[in-house]
Amino acid sequence: MDLESLYQEIILDHYKNPRGRGLRDPFDAEVHHVNPTCGDEITLRVRLDGDRVADVSYDGQGCSISQASASVLFEQLTDHGVTDDLETADAFLALMQGRGQVEPDEDVLGDAVAFAGVAKYPARVKCALLSWMAWKDAVAQAAAGQAHEENS
Amino acid sequence: MTTSSVHRSDLLDVEAVSKDFPILARTVRGGNKLVYLDSGATSQKPNQVLDAERGFYTRCNAAVHRGAHLLAEEATDAYEGARLTIANFLGATPRELVFTKNATEAINLVSYAFSNATAKSGHGRSLPDGAERFILAPGDEIVVTQMEHHANLVPWQEVCDKTGAVLRWLTVDDEGRLDLDDPEHGLNAVITERTRVVALTHQSNVLGTITPVERIAATAHAVGALVVLDSCQSVPHMPVDVQSLGVDFVAFSGHKMLGPSGIGVLWGRYELLESMPPFLSGGSMIETVHIDSSTFAAPPQRFEAGVPMAAQAIGLGAAVDYLNALRSQDGSLHGMDAVVAHEHALTSYALERLSDINGVRIVGPTQAVQRGSAVSFVVDGIHAHDVGQVLDEMGVEVRVGHHCAWPLHRRFGVAATTRATFYIYNGPDDVDSLAEAIVAAQKFFKVV
Repeated sequence: MDLESLYQEIILDHYKNPRGRGLRDPFDAEVHHVNPTCGDEITLRVRLDGDRVADVSYDGQGCSISQASASVLFEQLTDHGVTDDLETADAFLALMQGRGQVEPDEDVLGDAVAFAGVAKYPARVKCALLSWMAWKDAVAQAAAGQAHEENS
Repeated sequence: MTTSSVHRSDLLDVEAVSKDFPILARTVRGGNKLVYLDSGATSQKPNQVLDAERGFYTRCNAAVHRGAHLLAEEATDAYEGARLTIANFLGATPRELVFTKNATEAINLVSYAFSNATAKSGHGRSLPDGAERFILAPGDEIVVTQMEHHANLVPWQEVCDKTGAVLRWLTVDDEGRLDLDDPEHGLNAVITERTRVVALTHQSNVLGTITPVERIAATAHAVGALVVLDSCQSVPHMPVDVQSLGVDFVAFSGHKMLGPSGIGVLWGRYELLESMPPFLSGGSMIETVHIDSSTFAAPPQRFEAGVPMAAQAIGLGAAVDYLNALRSQDGSLHGMDAVVAHEHALTSYALERLSDINGVRIVGPTQAVQRGSAVSFVVDGIHAHDVGQVLDEMGVEVRVGHHCAWPLHRRFGVAATTRATFYIYNGPDDVDSLAEAIVAAQKFFKVV
């Protein structure tokens, strides 16, 4: 079975022991994203500190892929520069949309390379991307809020 | 593996039936036999249907109801012949049958009759005689049920938004039956003098529950409301006589009953169809056209604008012929009587097998009483997507998610379920494969 390549141990571990789960204050932006085909949902908050992502907190419900991916996101995208994080997020998006043809770079993606097998299952790509798209949305809103404050 | 509890005499000859469906011979995911348990979403198609469609294109393809040449004549005859076949299948007359793209469009055809009649009357524009039954005022009520597919819910929300009517709904009890006798949410509380439309499903696409249509229709008619029935999960699976149900409109899709995609049916009582303004407008549906105004054809043509999907209608006619020709293994049951007995035997067996697995909870009636073959369930500790993934890896193809019935899933406090649906080409061994795959998923995710 190919199931092991899809559900790598890292994914199952993050699913059963999610890192950084739970919504925390303070935050600069909060978003709520849903996957309308299956009803999976995530609420995600981002706290920026200048050009650093100081915290990402989240809560939601869904399948192992969507929940593990949020947990991995927390580890990969917290406490780094926004620019680096956006690059990581873009690399993850490219990997997920690569239909299994994109070679993942572990230096950039860390544990997120474990999702490479998901890219071969088009129906599950949206599960893996749910939290990452929410994160991009939240960061954009938080950055826009910061710019607004600086201007006023 | 025991299959002793299956009433074998009620079954169709699945091996013989399967031979008519070329797709069932293919393998999936690393050479596994295909176990197709998603006919509730769409059914597979037999050669007889594929040949009928191809035959239309190779012999008499032409735009129907136009032109006077031989091909146009033959194409029109074939198209109207299909309408007659399908009408006979439903106990209806052909002029009461409108071909649509699918059931969703058929329901929208009715829902738009309300919003269009309301809008036209608001501007003092002309309407067919009797159209006042379709004119809504703020405070009028439309009643649905908590178990509706989005296709029989969202169109009515839209009508409410456009007319100021108010949406109300009948609730579902823990077993998955309509709560008709509840003093607050039951039939007599929800259907009142203000009710203008009652729109409900004949059989839930999630729970499998068959609703007591006659009783609800009688209550609705007593207050002068019209009754719209979503029969997507009933017409393919059981004998349906539209006259005896006592409803006003019936909608279903062809692709769920062995027919092609792109063809659906709306049956309506003729005097109601006659009093409805058009839905889609353009060619074919007119009587006379002037530069500033038009008059419209009589039903069903009034509701079939543009060149219709002739090959698909003919394919659906062939599907009906195929269903009518089925026989139970012992030859005692024919047509849809044989289909319903086959599915009933499979459903009973599936409910029994699934109930025997620890950690599996069926969402819907657990006994095969007033219930069709949609069997939805949750597996403790495993999200439906993950259940479906393991099943798929083993060749068992089911539906996962909310099955376009999100409010119903909320009612049961679950985000998603796994759903197996059975049809004429499924046998007890497919139920066994399902049960084995669920246990494999439990082992893979280490929840047992």
